[in-house]
Amino acid sequence: MPDPSDMTHRAATIAVLVENEAGVLARVIGLFSGRGYNIDSLTVAPVDAEGRLSRITVVTSGTEMVIEQIKAQLDRLVPVHKVADLTLEGPHLTRELALIKVVGSGSARQEALRLADAFRARVVDATTESFVFEMTGSGEKLDAFINLMRPIGLAEVSRTGAVAIARGTASLTV
Amino acid sequence: MSSAILPAASDTQSLTGAEIVLRALKEQGVEVIFGYPGGAVLPIYDAIFNQNAIRHILVRHEQAAVHAAEGYARSTGKVGCVLVTSGPGATNAVTGLVDALMDSIPIVCLTGQVPTHLIGNDAFQEADTTGITRPATKHNYLVKNINKLAETVHDAFYVARSGRPGPVVIDLPKDILIGKGPYRPAPQAEHRSYRPQTEPEAAQIAKAVALLKGAKRPVVYAGGGVINAGPEASALLTKFVRMAGLPCTNTLMGLGAYPSSDPQFLGMLGMHGTYEANLAMHGCDVMFNIGARFDDRVTGRLNAFAPDSVKIHADIDPSSINKNVKVEVPIVGDAAAVLRALIAAWEADGAQQDRESLAGWWRQIDEWRGANCLRYVQDSKIIKPQHAVKRLYELTRETGRDTFISTEVGQHQMWAAQYFGFEKPNRWMTSGGLGTMGYGLPAAMGVQVAHPDALCIDIAGEASILMNIQEMSTLAQYRLPVKVFILNNQYMGMVRQWQELLHGGRYSESYSEALPDFVKLAESFHGVGLRAESTDDLDRVIREMIAIDRPVIADIAVDQKENVFPMIPSGAAHNEMLLASGQITGGAGVTDEGTALV
Repeated sequence: MPDPSDMTHRAATIAVLVENEAGVLARVIGLFSGRGYNIDSLTVAPVDAEGRLSRITVVTSGTEMVIEQIKAQLDRLVPVHKVADLTLEGPHLTRELALIKVVGSGSARQEALRLADAFRARVVDATTESFVFEMTGSGEKLDAFINLMRPIGLAEVSRTGAVAIARGTASLTV
Repeated sequence: MSSAILPAASDTQSLTGAEIVLRALKEQGVEVIFGYPGGAVLPIYDAIFNQNAIRHILVRHEQAAVHAAEGYARSTGKVGCVLVTSGPGATNAVTGLVDALMDSIPIVCLTGQVPTHLIGNDAFQEADTTGITRPATKHNYLVKNINKLAETVHDAFYVARSGRPGPVVIDLPKDILIGKGPYRPAPQAEHRSYRPQTEPEAAQIAKAVALLKGAKRPVVYAGGGVINAGPEASALLTKFVRMAGLPCTNTLMGLGAYPSSDPQFLGMLGMHGTYEANLAMHGCDVMFNIGARFDDRVTGRLNAFAPDSVKIHADIDPSSINKNVKVEVPIVGDAAAVLRALIAAWEADGAQQDRESLAGWWRQIDEWRGANCLRYVQDSKIIKPQHAVKRLYELTRETGRDTFISTEVGQHQMWAAQYFGFEKPNRWMTSGGLGTMGYGLPAAMGVQVAHPDALCIDIAGEASILMNIQEMSTLAQYRLPVKVFILNNQYMGMVRQWQELLHGGRYSESYSEALPDFVKLAESFHGVGLRAESTDDLDRVIREMIAIDRPVIADIAVDQKENVFPMIPSGAAHNEMLLASGQITGGAGVTDEGTALV
């Protein structure tokens, strides 16, 4: 039971299974902005064979009471099927994908390639003066790599935000 | 009643979108639509012209259409239905929609829209209605495929009335209304994604019974959720409170859920609640909240709210539980189902109540009652507003007629809540959550449409009534004998009261300047105008108003300086009340922090 005097913030990765219909993303985002909740990242895509269901992964933070509210508010939206607090429910995997463009020449290029190899980033585009690296992993790992690229010639970053799934057999389905 | 001109049910492929809409409304039990025509909804108006099953009430402003539908819904328990055109029709309806959302009133509002191929082109009378109304509704739809039209209407009614009720918008592009498609009856299958829990968990009920039986200082705090759960829930609440011998208070939204004349009723609680209700809340050891949501007008300062209590909270909406106030025993369920389960578990449970402590608690409550917090002194010819409401209550009771009261928003609303007694649910229509001035007249209109023979009275202020005064014309057209009872103090009284208490008596823009002559105004709208200037006139005017079978405006000149008491100032606790001007119990008064609150 959440204690209102407990002001400790925690992060929560929340998976939401929704009807894949017009406006559903606007409803979820409007809920967060209208009620003053944080969104650290949000991803959405259809996940079933017929394309009727989408899965939204929201990474948010707040006090325990606020996170309870977020889940309850999400759950009462009409097109929402299921809400799962992956952070609370147990071990889960979180992955993010980033495309990272590094521009430079000479030794900087060599250094970029060497570090990319160490971080298991793949080269998906190359010119004589640039690389685009593709990288998946935890947000922290991506942050670390991007920070290393900064002095070397980081030009542009495109990130997906987190997707997450519980470990083991437990599955979030309708 | 005939809908013979509509094509037969088997003729499923030949219906226009407009005909599909009307057939679906009929299947959903709609008898009345409150609406206003315009270009985008002309096809529906054409279909309305061609049938007699559904009655249309032409309002004079779309906001009033929604409030009228709210009055209809709240007084009948049915879903209220609204029809407006695109653009300004829809945007005018927004205040009503938010009002219904805040007070959990089931409404289906059909809005016209420009043809699908023009959406996004800034066409004439185009507005992004689903975008604008998304946070103003429980749910909304834009119908882009006529094959989904009938099921969307059925879905909308299911969503509006299920779980915690609320307003739903269906946006209907004109080409969909003109096009042809199939009619589909309401589905029997469960809704795909929205299935609110109505039956409470037995384990939670058992915990509630154990806590309430062991309580030394219990209190029942019942809100609008009990009204929304139907008259049976109010009957069950009354049964439970009586069998357990508990004190019971109602929220503003819950008035009528427990009979006001009952000795176990403590009156309304909250900012302008009674001394005994608020102190019972503050001093209780076990609180049973059913169908209320710990609104800030009820709780006062949160960290001082019922500090020594264990709280049980039953609500149909899980998001209302643990939102403002932490509770020990959450119960998710419909109020009637919860009370039924609670009564059964109470009777089956072998444990005895702590009757001795309860008797001591009642002695304490009776002592608080002795403060007589709603007393007022009617010592001159100037009518006290409290006295006006009290006489209205007594004289309407004398008639024995079923009486429905609506209000606008402000001081008069609080006096109505304090001095008019309600014995039954669904008789009290007020804008609680949103606090919408201009609500009362159209709401009373909707009530009168649903209950043609009842006495429907809007207790109003002279400022609020002007916000939807145009509906006098609707009353005249449909011969709806609604009574408007204006407590006229020539101020936006609640604004003036706050300016007096919180802003050093600087009455900025709160004086009602250049008021109309309400008697002549009533006459110009084909009604009857009456005026009471002093206590000598009051009873005569009220009796006359009740007796006249036409719309009446009774303009009651009341004491301009009267304030609403008791009052818990913003940011204060339940035991820090103003009982009258300058008479403070418990200390604090208004703090700087409190001044920042609404």
